[in-house]
Amino acid sequence: MQPKLSLLDEALIARILEEAYQLLLDPGIKVQNAEARQLLAEAGAQVDEATMIVRIPEQIVHRALETVPGEFQLYDYEGNPKVRYGGDAIQFDPGSSGISILIPETLEHKTAESEDLIRIIKVAESLPQYDAQSTAIVCHDVPKDLHDLYRLYLVLLYSKKPIVTGAFTNKTVHQMMDMLAILAGGHENSRRKPRAIFDVCPSPPLIWSNFGAGQLIALARAGMPAEIVSMPLAGAAAPVTLLGAVTQHAAECLSGITIHQLAQAGSPIVWGGAPAIFDMRKGGTPFGAIETAMIDSSYAQVGKSLGLPTHAYLGATEAKVLDTQAGLESGMGALVGALSGINMISGSGMLDSLLCQSPEKLVTDAEGIAMAKRMVDGMKVHTETLATGFYEGVNFKGGDFLKQKITMKLFREEQHMPGKVIDRDSMRGWRESGSLDTFTRARNRVKEILASYSRPELAPDHEAVLRDYVLNLAKQAGMERLPELKEFQPV
Amino acid sequence: MSEELETLFKQMAQSIIDGDSDISVELAQKSIEMNIPPLDAITKGFVVGVNYIGDQFGLGEAFLPELVMAGEAMKAAVATLEPELLKLGEARETMGKVVLATVEGDIHEIGKTLVGTMLSASGFEVTDLGVDQPADKIIGKAIEIGASIVGMSALLTTTMVRQREVIEEMDKEGLRPKIKVMVGGAPITREWATKIKADGYSEDAVGAVKLAKDLVGKGDA
Repeated sequence: MQPKLSLLDEALIARILEEAYQLLLDPGIKVQNAEARQLLAEAGAQVDEATMIVRIPEQIVHRALETVPGEFQLYDYEGNPKVRYGGDAIQFDPGSSGISILIPETLEHKTAESEDLIRIIKVAESLPQYDAQSTAIVCHDVPKDLHDLYRLYLVLLYSKKPIVTGAFTNKTVHQMMDMLAILAGGHENSRRKPRAIFDVCPSPPLIWSNFGAGQLIALARAGMPAEIVSMPLAGAAAPVTLLGAVTQHAAECLSGITIHQLAQAGSPIVWGGAPAIFDMRKGGTPFGAIETAMIDSSYAQVGKSLGLPTHAYLGATEAKVLDTQAGLESGMGALVGALSGINMISGSGMLDSLLCQSPEKLVTDAEGIAMAKRMVDGMKVHTETLATGFYEGVNFKGGDFLKQKITMKLFREEQHMPGKVIDRDSMRGWRESGSLDTFTRARNRVKEILASYSRPELAPDHEAVLRDYVLNLAKQAGMERLPELKEFQPV
Repeated sequence: MSEELETLFKQMAQSIIDGDSDISVELAQKSIEMNIPPLDAITKGFVVGVNYIGDQFGLGEAFLPELVMAGEAMKAAVATLEPELLKLGEARETMGKVVLATVEGDIHEIGKTLVGTMLSASGFEVTDLGVDQPADKIIGKAIEIGASIVGMSALLTTTMVRQREVIEEMDKEGLRPKIKVMVGGAPITREWATKIKADGYSEDAVGAVKLAKDLVGKGDA
């Protein structure tokens, strides 16, 4: 039995959806993309071209919910299914689109460049806790026009895992799909076995921007998976009540799915988000707040009630360094996400409200994820009798059970063995290994991983075509040469 | 070494690594039937497995159940070979003999049992008296087997004083410094060990092995 966290009962879920449908009619959704408005109008929605406000009747949404797939998969470089969106599958990926990286020696949040993203990719590639890569930070050593697709370029070169990504413009989304197709051996292969999913964001409250709606349409028509990242900020860009924020989230997702399915029925899309409460002291968006996790868990329950795949941003923190706050907020977030059965939980590695990535935090968060996954694995009946069978020949000695064959057989299944970042040593052992704190152990672990990493072997002709494709875009953006990459120097 | 013999030694080591007493005993019997010197069977066969598991444990790659089961399989194999050793008048060269006990009035023993397992796995010959052992029993056994080390455990602040009584009694009988004393248990500190004039203390089983080796002058082994 997979343990589940349920913050809502059925009656409350029904009320949330009922009010979300009301919001779709009044005040309606502001759709700033002409093509999306046209699709909605043709389907029977009432469109005011002057204000761009669209009132969407419930039955149009119902039709979309009938055609949207309840389940789909992402594949690795070799075409093996690795990530399952749907049901209660839980998977994790690093947080996306940070702008800086924590330098462990100085604790500086340094503006991120190629080499920083490569470090993060290598660490995430080596840790089994991360089911997918993300395009984790923006590299500032390339021109702005390349910011989104260049992240994907580096992930494609340094990883084989599935990828959670996203485009920054309606033009680059096509270029990024081209890049995926180059390695997949064509767009048809890429669509049939998608390696990546694209995050698409509505703007709170209740707005689908020209860009957001444009992405929905482009991805739907290409058949590439889309992930709605709705971001109600409870108390500022959404009602202050957690349930109010969950309801707004539902309205934004329902309208997004409707536009998406009208563009191409049957294309895969995910009920996801990155909501937060609005912090009334500092005016920030705390992703480590427990109420943020409560909104996530609740909207996931709403999405599941509709039979949809789910996503959330959890496991991040407002802490600026890898300290106790970082650990407790990230660990709690990961556990809430896992217990909520959320299919893709993004946010690991992130400090400072999703602004700063840290490889050291990635290895630490991986331990929290492993614990959360263990808990979700649940209580198991391994033996015919729960206990009585263990007492045969017991001498009432403390160590008796250590000498049982069944102990040796089952202990690895019952106990998750933490990695070197977690300390369970005696005082003596801890002192002898240098009296290291979590951060230092994490730094050592990162060094180990980086030393043992080797870049995956990709088809050389594909690599060269991909490099030329990105180089060509770089030249158009005024950059003659791409940043030099240590492990990748094709002729 | 013949190929057959080499394979047998490898199987012996593997039976210890697998923690399988049935197989280790079976292989010990087979070696007797094949007229293999029992010391060879131990040192070239079984001990190789014990060392391997011990190393893996030290690296964090093997875990306590594997270590304990390896110790049990080793014990069973040696017990099978012991009569042959006696017949030949040979003695197994060990790191030293150790008497372990939890002191009188105290019934906690998981820590002590672990220390015993780890010491056995490291080549010591361990006699574990169990829990609630009065001073005369501990000292009597140490004299009887010619122990080089007495190890005492206590988990309670009320029973740790018994460690001092045993040491004082051993001093009175002139058994020290020939027999070294090491102490352990949750309330035991370095200060306490110094105060009662113990030869050493460790707060965990890995440290106890290191300490025991130092005490018998084989710290490099």
